[in-house]
Amino acid sequence: MWDYSDKVKEHFFNPKNAGAVPDANAIGEVGSISCGDALRLTLKVDDDSEVILDAGFQTFGCGSAIASSSVLTEIIKGMTIDDALKVTNQDIADQLEGLPPEKMHCSVMGREALQAAIANYRGEEWADDHEEGALICKCFAIDAVMIEEMVWANKLRTVEDVTNFTKAGGGCASCHEDIEAILEKVLAEKGEKFDPEAPAVTKKPAVAEVKGPLTNLQRIKKIEEVLESLRPALMADGGDVELVEVMGNTAYVNMTGACNGCQMAAMTIAGIQQRLMEVMGEFIKVVPASEMKKLVNIEVA
Amino acid sequence: MSDIYLDNNATTKVDHAVVDVMIPYFLEQYGNPSSIHKFADGVARGIKRARQQVQELIGAEHDSEIIFTSCGTESNSTAILSAIKAQPNKKEIITTTVEHPAILSLCDALEKDGYTIHRMPVDKAGRLNVESYKKLLSDQVAIVSVMWANNETGTIFPVQELAQLAHDAGVMFHTDAVQAVGKIPMMLQDTKIDMLSLSGHKLHAPKGIGVLYLRRGTRYRPLLRGGHQERGRRAGTENTASIVGLGKACELALAHIEYENTQVKAMRDRLERGIIEQIPHCFVTGDLYNRLPNTTDIAFEYIEGEAILMLLNKAGIAASSGSACTSGSLEPSHVMRAMDIPYTAAHGTIRFSFSRYNSMHEVDEVLKVMPGVVATLRKLSPYWEGDGPVVNPEQAFKPTYA
Repeated sequence: MWDYSDKVKEHFFNPKNAGAVPDANAIGEVGSISCGDALRLTLKVDDDSEVILDAGFQTFGCGSAIASSSVLTEIIKGMTIDDALKVTNQDIADQLEGLPPEKMHCSVMGREALQAAIANYRGEEWADDHEEGALICKCFAIDAVMIEEMVWANKLRTVEDVTNFTKAGGGCASCHEDIEAILEKVLAEKGEKFDPEAPAVTKKPAVAEVKGPLTNLQRIKKIEEVLESLRPALMADGGDVELVEVMGNTAYVNMTGACNGCQMAAMTIAGIQQRLMEVMGEFIKVVPASEMKKLVNIEVA
Repeated sequence: MSDIYLDNNATTKVDHAVVDVMIPYFLEQYGNPSSIHKFADGVARGIKRARQQVQELIGAEHDSEIIFTSCGTESNSTAILSAIKAQPNKKEIITTTVEHPAILSLCDALEKDGYTIHRMPVDKAGRLNVESYKKLLSDQVAIVSVMWANNETGTIFPVQELAQLAHDAGVMFHTDAVQAVGKIPMMLQDTKIDMLSLSGHKLHAPKGIGVLYLRRGTRYRPLLRGGHQERGRRAGTENTASIVGLGKACELALAHIEYENTQVKAMRDRLERGIIEQIPHCFVTGDLYNRLPNTTDIAFEYIEGEAILMLLNKAGIAASSGSACTSGSLEPSHVMRAMDIPYTAAHGTIRFSFSRYNSMHEVDEVLKVMPGVVATLRKLSPYWEGDGPVVNPEQAFKPTYA
């Protein structure tokens, strides 16, 4: 069973605005081949103010497709169609308190139905601009079609290239076999052969000039830089982070302000660690500075 | 009302009697069966007894034909990899399009290594064409692997006939029987089946224990080499408690095999008939006249399986679905696709699978809940209007597909 948020369940078990709006003047019908979901969105738009007065959905699909449709109608009711067009699939997912990566396409379908309905209202033809494939990277929700296109367009040759361009494979790394299979296939189509030993054609952003492993100084500077870039977001929540010490690939940090003692501190630290690894392209462990004492004690002992 | 478990093809509850015989092997007889002391004293005897209990359930000629493994998947991999390793000049494998991923994924990988894989199609009722199978058999084929019964529809394949044909052509025959063992009677010594896989957790034994049946004289290469366990055919310290548990489970399965084919079947039939009578626009998939007694797979048109399961779960009923959503894959189940079930129905298939722990009372409870669940979702469906599907559903609703 999927790990759905309470919000998803709430909208699935008690969907809002189910059914077609009777005197609709904007209709969008879209489907997503993954999951075989399909959605019809009907809107009643006020012709003078262009405000969406009413919205209704009819969905053939799974729990999260129905929940995404339901929450979409709630979001857009009362908006002007110009504002509604600014609603992203992430907004839909956020309203649902998150969706599993395999289910993000349900929120994409919601946004596309909205675009299609507004195009229909304006007498335009809506064309879908992307195709969806099998989900490859579950950490960053990247599908096969996206990877294939990137490999074609950017002459990628290695898994590392794919990670640099799409992020796919940059997390838990368990999809590397699948990425290799895509590389094999696309390179074969181009009359080339996949060579797992080939050097990456792409360079890692920023730190790429550094040949070989980072020196300690480079590592510390880089970590400072990344923490600096994350600081505004933390401060917006009334917290802050400071770097205390770097030993090998372990960074010891102090969470201060509202972050100190916050239930979310552990998650925040995990997020910082993820960001550091993405930017630096090497394994970094982020540990609260309070753990440092234990380490020192062990060394003394 | 307590929760109703109708997902026994996925896995089963471990029988109390099975747990009881296992406990001493954790707490008292925990010695390594290879050791010479009193902690190991009864262990070898316990394993021997279990081997005989498995032998009896599947009708093997010798108890040494039973090799304990860690699961059905290991048994499947061992069988196929053994056949190709023992016959390196044979580069073809025959299987079906509706096998479990434990076979299909392995065959996909072997295809990349240069093997030719013949995946036999099925008709709309999920049946194989024996005539075209005969044409595939040749001295190039290393092994045929055909499941005894399909996990989704319960459709039974004529494996004894297929094994005889393979034998006549000098080809090894393996069957993945994890769904069939314990549900239908079998007497392997009267067949030409060379290898058979079974899995403990499908018949009220724990997860993590399986068996590969290996007919005496079949050429064999182990998957795991190491110690002398299982006569050197599957190295690794024996999972003693689970082996003993599986033995007990096999004894119980044999004792209940008539119950399975009468009482359990009656529950299945009553549920199936009740649903078909009460709910419009649904149909049973697979070969209705040649199925496991415990399984029914019903396609509810114009709605999606995961949504059905979520509503059933809320009502305390556990089943499973062939819809894409439940697995996070792109397509509805490969079994439904192989049978050419239309997408709007394939996405709404629900499998109910029974065991001897279910009751008629539970069937009646499900029959009370099911019509409401389907009606609720159809009310949301763009393919449905009022009391029936919209006229020309495929025409009336034509979404732009991404």
